[in-house]
Amino acid sequence: MNTANITWMLAETGIKAFVIVNIILVMASAEVWLERKVCAWIQKRNGPNRVGPFGLLQPFADVVKLFMKEDIIPAAASKNFHRLAPLLSLMMAVAVYAVIPYANYVDVMGHRVYLGIAPNLNIGLLYILAMTTLGVYGITLAGWSSNNKYSLLGGLRSSAQMISYELSMGMALIGVVLVSGTLCLNGVIDKQVGWFWHWNVFCQPIAFIIFTVASFAETNRAPFDLPEAEPELVGGFNTEYSGMKFGMFFLAEYANMATASCFIAILFFGGWQLPFPQEMLGLKDGSVQLALAQFSSFFIKMLLFIFFFIWVRWTVPRFRYDQLMSLGWKILLPLSILNALFTAIAIIVFKL
Amino acid sequence: MSSENKEKQSERLSFWEKLYLPEIARGLGITFKQMFKPSFTRQYPEERWEPTGSYRGRPVLVMEESGERCVACGLCSRVCPALAIEVQAAETEKEKERYPIKFEINMIRCIYCAYCEEVCPEEAIVMSKDYDIIFTDPQEAVLGKEKLLVPIEKLQDRLEFLRQYK
Ligand code: SF4
Ligand code: SF4
Repeated sequence: MNTANITWMLAETGIKAFVIVNIILVMASAEVWLERKVCAWIQKRNGPNRVGPFGLLQPFADVVKLFMKEDIIPAAASKNFHRLAPLLSLMMAVAVYAVIPYANYVDVMGHRVYLGIAPNLNIGLLYILAMTTLGVYGITLAGWSSNNKYSLLGGLRSSAQMISYELSMGMALIGVVLVSGTLCLNGVIDKQVGWFWHWNVFCQPIAFIIFTVASFAETNRAPFDLPEAEPELVGGFNTEYSGMKFGMFFLAEYANMATASCFIAILFFGGWQLPFPQEMLGLKDGSVQLALAQFSSFFIKMLLFIFFFIWVRWTVPRFRYDQLMSLGWKILLPLSILNALFTAIAIIVFKL
Repeated sequence: MSSENKEKQSERLSFWEKLYLPEIARGLGITFKQMFKPSFTRQYPEERWEPTGSYRGRPVLVMEESGERCVACGLCSRVCPALAIEVQAAETEKEKERYPIKFEINMIRCIYCAYCEEVCPEEAIVMSKDYDIIFTDPQEAVLGKEKLLVPIEKLQDRLEFLRQYK
């Protein structure tokens, strides 16, 4: 590889990373707005409508507010870990976006530019699982380092919950991996080409349900938001956080929600595939128009899932801790193992 | 005992109910329908709510043409459970002989119980309809006579209510 090539690669990756990180952060604020609006609509209220048109600037006002607040570190806290924890959560939440493909590719000046930082990483799926698992460290550390019993309980709950649901999540993914025969996200998407009934959700419906339920638990969203159960644990792991450190947990939660939505869209709903064969548009592979169409398809799917996450949060009450555990270990885990088993058998028997 | 209960409970649930998911889908349907119903929100500062006479807002002193009704008997100050009222009496040439030279209500202390109104022999202190009571510092919250005195015309609703129900 010559120097020009390396420079090009570095520039390309740098630009993509910069754009994507910024988009994630703006997306997170948009999600906060959406969450508040949807919650308001469900409760027959209006939601934020004072700051900017339709209250769209509300999340930015919130961020300004958080910046102005005093940043308190409890005297008895383990200071360095207390500082590290929010960073860790946010970093892991953002790191996942490195492998997510947003559209196929565009040809720019003779170069093939894939839309996504490293969408062709051949262990993309494993990478995402690893990063989302690491996110639990942020929460556990936050709970432990605050030196507060409620925070500690929140952190403990979170780690127990994530470990239990990680298992069934991974097992559910095995079905998908078996069907598509690859761990690379672009590969998984390529397998779902054509009409929308080629999407994985139709050949792996059980995996889809298990995966969705597990991702609710993974992102600490209701009905599995036990780590921050307000009535029992004051505020859970983030009780002792204030100012922008609290804001970082907040951002991380919403970034995680977007990740989970992307992930569901990619694995089960064809990612950037259009719901019909893309030849029908009559656009050339690698053209900007096609990439735009693919991106919109992906974005709409992702938005729908974000909406779904929010919608569920304001509908379903929180699980009790033992219910959560028995659901995870007694129902989802066996079900996902069976699903993987049957998929494997079906693949051998029908020579898929 | 507890296991018995458990069995009964699981007997009562049908297979579909035990699956959670159909019921959750039903719940989602209900919340989805709510989203398209009109909201109850009042756009507060622009769209104000007008209370009726029975509303207990900020306590005020009644002012007639001849001046305040209060005779500075100090009963309101005495009865106030929150110790919010301070009255200082002085003599006057008018027929009622006494008037409050200083009358202060500390609105940070007041709990809007309306005891002062109930105890007042002259119906000189009544609850008004003011409900947006805002201060930026504690000194400002101590309302003196100039802020407490309200012309009697503005208090007709409350006086009417008192006449009927007191
Ligand atoms: S307001 Fe009424 S109770 Fe209070 S001092 Fe005046 S007359 Fe007496
Ligand atoms: S309403 Fe109650 S608390 Fe307020 S000044 Fe009157 S007696 Fe005191």
